[in-house]
Amino acid sequence: MRLNDEEQAMLAGGAGPARQWAIDHQMRVGRYLGAADFVPVSQAHIMADTESLGSAGVAWLERLAALPEDQRSVRIPTITDPRGTDFAAAARLKQQDWMLALERRAIAAFEALGVLMTDTCINYQTIMPAVRGEHMAYGDTGVVIYSNSVLGARSNFEGGPSALAAGLTGRTPRYGYHLPDKRRATLLMRVDFTPRELHDWGALGGIVGRIAGDYWQVPALVGIDRVPTSDELKHFGAALASYGSVALFHMVGVTPEAQRLADVADPSLTPAATIAEADLRAFQGAYRSGIDKVDVVVFSTPQLSLLELRALAGMLDGRRTTVPLLVVTSPQVKPDADRLGITARIEATGGLVLSGMCFYQSYAREMAEANGWQSLVTNSAKLVNILGGYGYRPALLSMQECVDAACTGRIA
Amino acid sequence: MTGFRAAAAMGKRVRGRALVAKDGFSARYDLDRVNGVFARPEHKLAGQSYVGRVLVLDAAKGGVATAWMLHEMAARDVMPLALVLNRVNPIMVQGAALADFTMMSGFDVDITAVVPDGALVEVDTEADPPCLRILPGP
Repeated sequence: MRLNDEEQAMLAGGAGPARQWAIDHQMRVGRYLGAADFVPVSQAHIMADTESLGSAGVAWLERLAALPEDQRSVRIPTITDPRGTDFAAAARLKQQDWMLALERRAIAAFEALGVLMTDTCINYQTIMPAVRGEHMAYGDTGVVIYSNSVLGARSNFEGGPSALAAGLTGRTPRYGYHLPDKRRATLLMRVDFTPRELHDWGALGGIVGRIAGDYWQVPALVGIDRVPTSDELKHFGAALASYGSVALFHMVGVTPEAQRLADVADPSLTPAATIAEADLRAFQGAYRSGIDKVDVVVFSTPQLSLLELRALAGMLDGRRTTVPLLVVTSPQVKPDADRLGITARIEATGGLVLSGMCFYQSYAREMAEANGWQSLVTNSAKLVNILGGYGYRPALLSMQECVDAACTGRIA
Repeated sequence: MTGFRAAAAMGKRVRGRALVAKDGFSARYDLDRVNGVFARPEHKLAGQSYVGRVLVLDAAKGGVATAWMLHEMAARDVMPLALVLNRVNPIMVQGAALADFTMMSGFDVDITAVVPDGALVEVDTEADPPCLRILPGP
């Protein structure tokens, strides 16, 4: 990789051991993936829940955090993905003291590094959305795919260590979706049915993701007959990234780089699949099969926007839950939900509104064992994709069906 | 001895028994990392131990957590010996770089179709180009 003088100085240790590790790590990644040089980035976003970090990862962070301030501080705005708990509700979730202790240590280390503890996976809705053409080092696949596709930003998936490295150096290796030619569509799909509800958008994302199958595929969709909302594209993108490891999609007539199909696709690209409403119902039905009694209902993954919370509160008004109902949002949205009475409406029915965490990043396996949870109902396609490996039997339903399940303890 | 050239590799050269499937890999989605087994019921290796094995799989899947999780798995020594994939994503590369883990990817053939499950293999990251070899013997 070509290095400028500043990068060579960092590699030589002139900016301290943290930046030396960071640029060496980035060069190892960049060489593997064919980067010719670095590109400056204006933000980094770090996924680093302690279930992923483990005690080894937290100790590794603490070693960086013990360096002198001028050597350890990030150089660009660096923010965080959800944490592994909401400390205010940890006892109700039956999370254990060692989990909370590890979280506190990780938070202290990140704060010492100058990281802003935003604890959100919807920063594109709440913190500072990227601008078209802006290079970023974003963690959380949902953040990357939304920012790349809906906003026209340029980011690869940056796992926690690489996002932190980008924060320390202010740059990232120039490969993948930082390069214009990698952003062209590789896969064309026709959609015969424009989804109506969030779990339909998630199912569509899951189907496209399964067909796409890997990170280097860029699906282009034609046939969506209206402009989706931010929440709809949030669920679609999160599921597409989860099922397919996909980081960029184009929706012709909707997303900024694909006002026309010809803007992103060669004429030789022909539809690889046509997706109909029946395909979405089959996708959802496969998860629902065999689940009757419901142990827990979860709205999470991604964190809910204020508008999702308001819609949920409206469906819950006047009802009473009979099984645990967990509703997860960001620390930026929660105060507004409190101020507007939305939190109180949800919690008056027996629900619990959580802030700054994400369900699957919060020791989901241990929570299942401690609470006796197996069958889980959600409207998040991404969550059902993940939780099978954690021992849950998840079902993908609409928001209204989830509310009904929370109140009756059964799937209708 | 049969060998397959790869586009890229990192980590140490290792030898071990292959565990092969035409399926993806994600530390978060697929593994019970405490017990060292594939846990997602739909995975073709569900229930099988990956500890000390050379995993030969199709593509990197899932989210960003694997970037930390490989490091955490290595610290507890409940870890595959190496990961060999047809196609990687950046997260696998970033995680392997942090954990100093052996990984290889990018073949002219579907690597999951040509390596027999249980074969003794060498992941030669030092060769130029990198190479996966099937070694003779039981």
